[in-house]
Amino acid sequence: MKPASGTGRFTRRGLMLLGLQAGVVGALAWRIHALQVVQNEHYRMLAEENRISIRLIPPARGLITDRNGIVLAENRQNYRVVMIREQAREPEAVLDRLATIIDLPLEARTRALRAMETSAAFVPVTVVEFLEWDAIARVAANAPVLPGILTEVGLSRHYPDGFNTAHVVGYVGPVSERDLEGLERPDPLLRIPRFQIGKNGVEQRLEERLRGEAGQLRLEISAAGRVMRELGRVEGTPGEDVTLTIDQGVQAYAMERMEGESAASVVMDVRTGDLVACASSPGFDPNSFVFGIRSGEWNRLLNDEYRPLSNKTVSGTYPPGSTFKMVVALAALEAGLVRPGDTVSCGGHTNLGSHRFHCWRRGGHGRVDLRRSIAQSCDIYYYEMARRVGPDGIAAMARRLGLGVRHDLPMSAIAEGLMPDRAWKRAARNESWTTGDSYNYGIGQGFSLASPLQLAVMTARIATGRAVKPRLVRAIGGADVPLAPAEDLGLNPDWLHRVRDGMYAVSNDGGTASRSRIADPANLLAGKTGTSQVRRITAAERAAGIRSTDQLPWALRNHALFVAYAPYDRPRFAIATVVEHGGGGSAAAAPIARDIMIRALYGPEPPLEAWPPEQREEIERRRNPAPEAGQPEDTPDRT
Amino acid sequence: MSIAATPAGRLPQGMTKLLALHWPIILLLVALAGIGWLALYSAAGGSLEPWAGRQMIRFGFGLAVLFAVAMVPIRFWQRLAPVAYLASLALLVLVEFIGEVGMGAQRWIEVGPLTLQPSELMKIAVVWALAAFYARLPVEKVSHPFWVLLALLLILAPTALVLKQPDLGTSIMLLAGGGAVMFAAGVSLWYFLAAGTGGIGLVAIVLKSEGTTWQLLEDYQFRRIHTFLDPSSDPLGAGYHITQATIAMGSGGWSGRGFMQGTQSRLNFLPEKHTDFVFTTLAEEFGFTGSLTLLGLFALVVIFCWLSAMSNRDRFGALLTGGVGTTFFLFVAVNIAMVTGLIPVVGAPLPFVSYGGSSMLVLLGAFGLMQSAHVHRPRRR
Repeated sequence: MKPASGTGRFTRRGLMLLGLQAGVVGALAWRIHALQVVQNEHYRMLAEENRISIRLIPPARGLITDRNGIVLAENRQNYRVVMIREQAREPEAVLDRLATIIDLPLEARTRALRAMETSAAFVPVTVVEFLEWDAIARVAANAPVLPGILTEVGLSRHYPDGFNTAHVVGYVGPVSERDLEGLERPDPLLRIPRFQIGKNGVEQRLEERLRGEAGQLRLEISAAGRVMRELGRVEGTPGEDVTLTIDQGVQAYAMERMEGESAASVVMDVRTGDLVACASSPGFDPNSFVFGIRSGEWNRLLNDEYRPLSNKTVSGTYPPGSTFKMVVALAALEAGLVRPGDTVSCGGHTNLGSHRFHCWRRGGHGRVDLRRSIAQSCDIYYYEMARRVGPDGIAAMARRLGLGVRHDLPMSAIAEGLMPDRAWKRAARNESWTTGDSYNYGIGQGFSLASPLQLAVMTARIATGRAVKPRLVRAIGGADVPLAPAEDLGLNPDWLHRVRDGMYAVSNDGGTASRSRIADPANLLAGKTGTSQVRRITAAERAAGIRSTDQLPWALRNHALFVAYAPYDRPRFAIATVVEHGGGGSAAAAPIARDIMIRALYGPEPPLEAWPPEQREEIERRRNPAPEAGQPEDTPDRT
Repeated sequence: MSIAATPAGRLPQGMTKLLALHWPIILLLVALAGIGWLALYSAAGGSLEPWAGRQMIRFGFGLAVLFAVAMVPIRFWQRLAPVAYLASLALLVLVEFIGEVGMGAQRWIEVGPLTLQPSELMKIAVVWALAAFYARLPVEKVSHPFWVLLALLLILAPTALVLKQPDLGTSIMLLAGGGAVMFAAGVSLWYFLAAGTGGIGLVAIVLKSEGTTWQLLEDYQFRRIHTFLDPSSDPLGAGYHITQATIAMGSGGWSGRGFMQGTQSRLNFLPEKHTDFVFTTLAEEFGFTGSLTLLGLFALVVIFCWLSAMSNRDRFGALLTGGVGTTFFLFVAVNIAMVTGLIPVVGAPLPFVSYGGSSMLVLLGAFGLMQSAHVHRPRRR
């Protein structure tokens, strides 16, 4: 045996193994080089992404004010109590102690304890929120005996005059999955828990402007999510403030005046189109929506037959009834199919084939010219005019005056209404237009539908002869929304004057609304009443002695309408009021509209002289409820 | 080569033995333990608790074992080889019955306060036994099929048991360590070529077996292979370890984030930052320079082992020294390849740096054997 051969072979084999192992080490070194040197930047970035968490600081939402700067939507400080489990040590004992200091519902306690069990020990868990300042002060004062309890302050939306302005301003609510659907790249703010966005009205339609931009808080976090330190902070931009055209005083008065009715009133400045009031009664409190409405209250609002949640000023559509007669008159005059002095004989009814069409006055009006037709609201005259003009001419004039078209405003659920013509009936019903349809069209019944907003626009356009456009936003972010001068409608000024004269007569010359006139000669009203049929009185009901729909159940009674503008000689405001199932326009709608108009014209304390002498006593009584009545707290809001 | 031929007078005696130790290797091991100690200190956020202090005590104890083993003549250890092998094998069988289940595998035996990992013991016992086997076997018989088969049996018996635990990483290390000793002993290259080809075929069959009734690996092992091939497919699940580890390493750059400044480890994104993934903690904080230095220290240990082996005329001592060096190399290579994403996560510590006692004690014992072989080696003329 030669030792040399064995050791020589061992050395060879050893060197081979060493070489192999050195090769592996080389490969490892090469790999480490690739990771650490070649791809360093890439991994450095990933490490930074790992460690830095960017938290968004919610911006303060823009304020919404009325035209005079009265705040309609603001941000209130929302005080809440949070608890950190690891600092509390004995959460249950600490919560028991907390309950002796503030009102702590059992439900909140259970929820907090459950949340603390399921989250990391260092995560703050909200125990109660929306605390009053003095409650939070008591918690702060007792901090030494409440380990792990912290007080935090956030912002939450508040509507100081919510009940009166809810339909216009809308409300905010927590972001839902449905809000995120359809957004290609949703603002990361929307992912913040408890963040709120506009759900309705101006809050929703001007969401982007009101929201503002988030600030950023750069935090270093551990893998478990614990915040190690703050690395930097960039403040966000608050949302833009929005100034509405609404006058809170007029709006609140309108709501008060319509109390107890299912009604809507729109007051418009005819010179600018500014909506001074957009009131839908009954109202609701938008503050209860801000943090999720209770189901009981929600159901009550939903099931109320007066539909408090609906903004009837723009979403409610009604047959315009006799308020439509100015449109038909203008259509006939413009087409040269009638002259103001031409008369139509009204015998109380007219026959069309076998069908009899009635005038509202059974005995008839006798010979009726344009002025009287408006003043007395003669139906026979308008059956005849509608027959002469035909549906297409009426629809065209209606649209020129702002009916049957959607006015784009930052409000929710704005209805288009309906101004039918031959093509519409063919398309919608697959029937041809009949003369009977025209008759109904002539008195604003049948298929036609209009919203109070559209009726106000119509009135403003008749009053000015210009294509006034409604406007709800006066300024955003401090910059005034530019006001384009309204174009002339191109209607014959003489015809317009004749129609306005008819409206003057309605209010001031023995017309249908003369009881609801303005007595002050400087601010005379020019109006038109309307009563739109919800349902005909059936033969059976007639046989049972029912003569008027007022005797029917509420939901079957006629809608009462009134449109007007004032002052007659230099128009300032137009108003449209609809009282759902209120009965006759002159009795139910005209007094309300007149009072709101007075409030708009004269301000908070109109002189008694504005009212007709015979009504002043009652107005005074309404203003100063008799103290000897014994229950002064019943009418605390009336001034 | 015969034992009697070695002149006894040439061997150091008594305290002079201490001087004859391979001090460079000992110093390197101390340096590695020091680096590991720094890493553990940093990983704990600048504290001796809970790892660094305890690790230091363990290392001191292990070092004492090393010296004790090194002082005992190598012949004693050569004679003890079969006993050590059989005892380790017996323990491996034992864990099949009374082993504790840890991390999804049966690996531990509790003996009083000690937890024993027979598979760790086996890593050194196989090398030890094979060295003794080839020291007795005449050189001309090493490639004889019968003796090759016997050597293979020595390797495959414990490998099969470990694979059954199931512990793929250790199985591979047993195969590679044993194979290296056979290779060094001079077994014909043809056997290795055949084994290599067969191995590749086996891997192919194993991979093919997935999802069939004769599946050869556990589901979790297949999952590890899949996440290894594409860690991003499961960034928060099984791929989390490797994704975070590569981020930690990659963010180090040339010079690192600075001692105790590694965000990945300090903020706990790095899993197992003090045990299997301790290399990434160091790489993040000391950069490529630091990684390369560490790798260089490991390489030096391996090189010194082989130099010692090649200068040792005693066949047992040489084979044992080469085997210990290879085992050490395998520990390092498997761990670093794992944390850099070159191989799937198998669960292997970085010797002397990772927190943990079992493998460090075994390795220090193994280096004690290697030192004994070095001290008592017959010098070349």
